[in-house]
Amino acid sequence: MAQTRIPTEMQHPIKLYLVVWGWLFVLSTSSYLVDYFHLEGYLRWVLILLLMISKAWLIVAVFMHMAWERLALICAILLPPLLVLVFVAIMVSESNYTLLTRIAFFGWHS
Amino acid sequence: MRNVAENLTGPSGWRGIGADWSSDQRAFKNVSWGKAMMWIFLLSDTFIFSCFLLSYMTARMSTTEPWPNPSEVFALRIGGEQVPLILIAIMTFVLISSSGTMAMAVNFGYRGDRAKTAALMLATAAFGATFVGMQAFEWTKLILEGVRPWANPFGAPQFGSTFFMITGFHGTHVTIGVVFLLIIARKVWRGDFDTGRRGFFTSRKGNYEIVEITGLYWHFVDLVWVFIFAFFYLW
Repeated sequence: MAQTRIPTEMQHPIKLYLVVWGWLFVLSTSSYLVDYFHLEGYLRWVLILLLMISKAWLIVAVFMHMAWERLALICAILLPPLLVLVFVAIMVSESNYTLLTRIAFFGWHS
Repeated sequence: MRNVAENLTGPSGWRGIGADWSSDQRAFKNVSWGKAMMWIFLLSDTFIFSCFLLSYMTARMSTTEPWPNPSEVFALRIGGEQVPLILIAIMTFVLISSSGTMAMAVNFGYRGDRAKTAALMLATAAFGATFVGMQAFEWTKLILEGVRPWANPFGAPQFGSTFFMITGFHGTHVTIGVVFLLIIARKVWRGDFDTGRRGFFTSRKGNYEIVEITGLYWHFVDLVWVFIFAFFYLW
């Protein structure tokens, strides 16, 4: 009871975590530099999203050990949040409508 | 219980999904109920934060007034020079470092290294407390500059309400995480999981898996910050 066995999927060398930690630092610095150098437009948005997704992927896959879980758990946890994208699409359309009516009835900067 | 659970694992890959979900009693074969429940809680928390970020997106997209530029709002004057977003960048590095120490704590926990696990968990808690402290500083600065949930001197009034709501809720999560970490670190330090000491509330013996479950929560807090940093501070 006292001695804990190490589950096979948890026997990683500490080095793995240090490497991921280093990568997260590099990626965070890059996203900060996107703002620091005032990148604008699509280049800015694409870079922000790419860096965000890479960081999220590293944290979930390695730090939260999702890469070593069974597919049944991976799908149960990671697929439902994708539905949020549908919600995003609905709210983008709704926001555009609200903005349009505000401009039509009140004008800009009112 | 864990031994029984681990022997139940069936085929892997896509066939495994079918086998796991159509099987008797439990769908998550080699995951204890504690870990599965934490994952499901985190999934529900994902939806809460998604709703906050979505309402922020809706407010920002539908306002006719210009949105305040976060790069300038969150700039700090260091040595007579305005450095954009610097406090937020430091907060990001602090939180990532706390995730690194937490991941190593989980690893040492499974090796049964009591001292290193407790020390790394305390380091994680210290990073977390630092993060909350910096957030308190940021809030104070913004409130002194006149940012309110209903108005602010920089532009669209919705900026204040979304800022306080999103960062406030995240900060609350970090604070709860720090308390959670300290409680578990104390148990690890005392050797509860080696001596089989029974829990105060549950009256059951715990094991080092609780370090991993605490870690899942902590990494999630870091994960949410990744999205807040991208969408609220950088966008």
